[in-house]
Amino acid sequence: MSLAETKSEKVAGWNRPPVVEPDGEGELLEVAMGPHHPSTHGVFRMDVALDGERVIRLKPVFGYLHRNHEKIAEGASYLASMPYTDRLDYFCSLTNNWAYALAVEKLSGQEVPERAEYIRVILAELTRIQNHASTIGFLLQEMGASGTPLMYAFREREKILDLFESLTGSRMMCNYMRFGGCRVDVSTAWLDATRKVVAGLPGFIDEFEALLTANEILMARCQGVGILKPDLAVNAGISGPMLRGSGVNYDIRKVDHYGIYDRFKFRVPLGDHGDIYDRYMVRVLEMRESIIILDQALRDIPAGPIMDPKAKIRGFRPKPGEAYGRIEAPKGELGFYLISDGGPNPYRYRVRPPSLINLTVLEDMCLGQNVADVVLIFGSVDIVLGEVDR
Amino acid sequence: MDQQLKIELGKQGVFVTTIEELYNWGRRSSVWPMQFGLACCAIEMIATTMARYDMARFGAEVFRPSPRQADLMIVSGTVTKKMAPQVVRLYNQMAEPRYVIAMGACAISGGPFKQGYNVLKGIDRYIPVDVHIPGCPPRPEALLQAFITLQKKIDGQHLTGEDRPRFLDPNAQGEFSVPDQGEHDLEPTSNTGVWPVPITIR
Amino acid sequence: MKSVEEIKAAIESAVPGAAVEVVPNPGPAAQHSLRIAPEHAIDIAQFLRDDPELALDFLSNVTGVDWPDKEIAEKVKVTREVKKMVDGPDGKVEQTVQETVDETRKRVEPGCLEVVFHLYSIAKTHGPLVIRMRTKNRSDQVELPSVTPIWRSAEFQEREVFDLYGIVFTGHPDLRRILMWDEFKDYPMRKDYVEPDDFEYEPTPHDEVLKRAQKHKGREQQTGIRDQERVAE
Repeated sequence: MSLAETKSEKVAGWNRPPVVEPDGEGELLEVAMGPHHPSTHGVFRMDVALDGERVIRLKPVFGYLHRNHEKIAEGASYLASMPYTDRLDYFCSLTNNWAYALAVEKLSGQEVPERAEYIRVILAELTRIQNHASTIGFLLQEMGASGTPLMYAFREREKILDLFESLTGSRMMCNYMRFGGCRVDVSTAWLDATRKVVAGLPGFIDEFEALLTANEILMARCQGVGILKPDLAVNAGISGPMLRGSGVNYDIRKVDHYGIYDRFKFRVPLGDHGDIYDRYMVRVLEMRESIIILDQALRDIPAGPIMDPKAKIRGFRPKPGEAYGRIEAPKGELGFYLISDGGPNPYRYRVRPPSLINLTVLEDMCLGQNVADVVLIFGSVDIVLGEVDR
Repeated sequence: MDQQLKIELGKQGVFVTTIEELYNWGRRSSVWPMQFGLACCAIEMIATTMARYDMARFGAEVFRPSPRQADLMIVSGTVTKKMAPQVVRLYNQMAEPRYVIAMGACAISGGPFKQGYNVLKGIDRYIPVDVHIPGCPPRPEALLQAFITLQKKIDGQHLTGEDRPRFLDPNAQGEFSVPDQGEHDLEPTSNTGVWPVPITIR
Repeated sequence: MKSVEEIKAAIESAVPGAAVEVVPNPGPAAQHSLRIAPEHAIDIAQFLRDDPELALDFLSNVTGVDWPDKEIAEKVKVTREVKKMVDGPDGKVEQTVQETVDETRKRVEPGCLEVVFHLYSIAKTHGPLVIRMRTKNRSDQVELPSVTPIWRSAEFQEREVFDLYGIVFTGHPDLRRILMWDEFKDYPMRKDYVEPDDFEYEPTPHDEVLKRAQKHKGREQQTGIRDQERVAE
């Protein structure tokens, strides 16, 4: 689509990206960044039009990892889709499991025992910490800090993955949660190991922050770059740390109280300016709040069953109806929309991917910025292509 | 040369080798992979290069962003039909000698996503693959194992003779055809020069 | 939040002439939804977003659903007049008797494509409100108004619904395929989509794969050419 066409279409009330006029003379340079590009998080393409260094137009192109998750899930039984949810956002398989389990529990009206809820909270918060740490590592990688912050992040991530592996049998694809509970119980030894890892996490974040937060280069590159206004963020359906980085106080853990999040005391960190630095700070502070939740959950975890005794594993057929269940995943609002026709597999299975919808405003944030900042802004959105394309 | 004599000479402080061995030793100790991640397996690939597994021990820590500088393509993840032409094109852009590791079930056969309409059922339909590693995703140790396997393969290559590798054979095919994205599917659905369609039922 | 019936009444008083229908959800989730007519969709959407009491400013999820043509077989009781020999006072007499017979009749319920919106309010922290819209049929009248001007978050999701289901959103600024490539012709998430026959080798074929492999074997026997050779031609 040419520039003239973009301008000619005017829809009333439409919150469209601003039009940036090229100021110099000469032609625009069209660059296709991706699908194989060192700065993209995976197979993602941005068609960028540049006037010198300035971005005049940016169109994201998706679909290079479209793996037909929804179509496959509509042909498989409810439980058979659980391993596929691991592969949506492959950094956070446990929160994906939880979102799907929550939607199916809503659809079939199942209850989850208390101990299972605690295990879910512990695993979800561990997932959040390792996701945010890796995201910051990748953000710094894209800033040019080649390797070092990512090494720190992955060192800590490996410790958390060891916990996942000893509990679920897999480092990344955990496939752990079931409708009405969890697959296996946690042992006291596992809880002790987790306490030990969690006790070491504040020290890691302090170290990480000492390296980064007041770093002159990071501040120069991030502050005032990629600003997202709160009203646009709400209108464009942005969720997660990006929304809170723009100063909108909306955390589904606080709003929906899904699971047992109303029992824990934690704060919701909010940004002030909505730039990359605020998104970075929100993630760092969220990691600290996650540690506070983990401390409470590891202290209070009760004994008891981990599966709803009425839960049916074989021949699971929910009554006809539909349900939308959502959780606060590390990337944002992860929702599952299911329609049941009474059969063994869902009639409609839809994933509400936070990564895809958070990219809606990528163009707005990048227009008028330098091309080197596009890479940073893109990194600060925190996407995983498995979830964008499904 | 006689192995025994070689060992004896080695004891005397005389190092004897062949050009072939020296050449292959040099090649296998500095295989530079391409910085190219497709899906979930890419994260395990990154984890392999990080401090705990440390792929640098094998001389492969330098991930090159450009295919022109890379020796090894690690196809790490699901290749979709939308991405397949780009993967083949990247492979064509790599300079010989070049090697391919198909990492994970998806890259080998489509894996769990095999039933998908947009999923390519194995990258070996279009480009020759040297090492396959199963797993979903394979652990970093598995990737290291694949890497060691590849090193052994490089070590065993003869520079002359009938079984010499592709890059020393002037008649060998160097460029692989890039599939087109058709109205319903990729066209053609496989490169028969690389992947003859096997017969299933006898 | 108000109940679905109250919201229906509010919409009907705010947007004159709007046809709103409550779709009950029989499942335990009990997230009832409202089906609105596409003609007034933009006005209704604007009302839902700007009404101070509802303030549904956050469009969370846009989904396409395919409802194919359904053939419904139903049993109908039909009364017919049948002549029968009945025992009368003077022997057998022919008499007309009414008899009810079960008859199966088939009728085709026309299918449609549906879009489902999940709305939340960030200002009031309530939700979800589920809104649905249906197209007239599945083949040629598949236009629905786009809500992208009201909620920007619909931009990519509507493109996705267009890509996978073939619903054309009028008023969308950039309606192109998003996940599949541009040359692609089919709508793969529809229930009647036929996958391309990319024959795959499996050492131990079973179920679907076995059926597919057998189909290929049949073709080999008919033509006398093995697949391998034919592709090489």
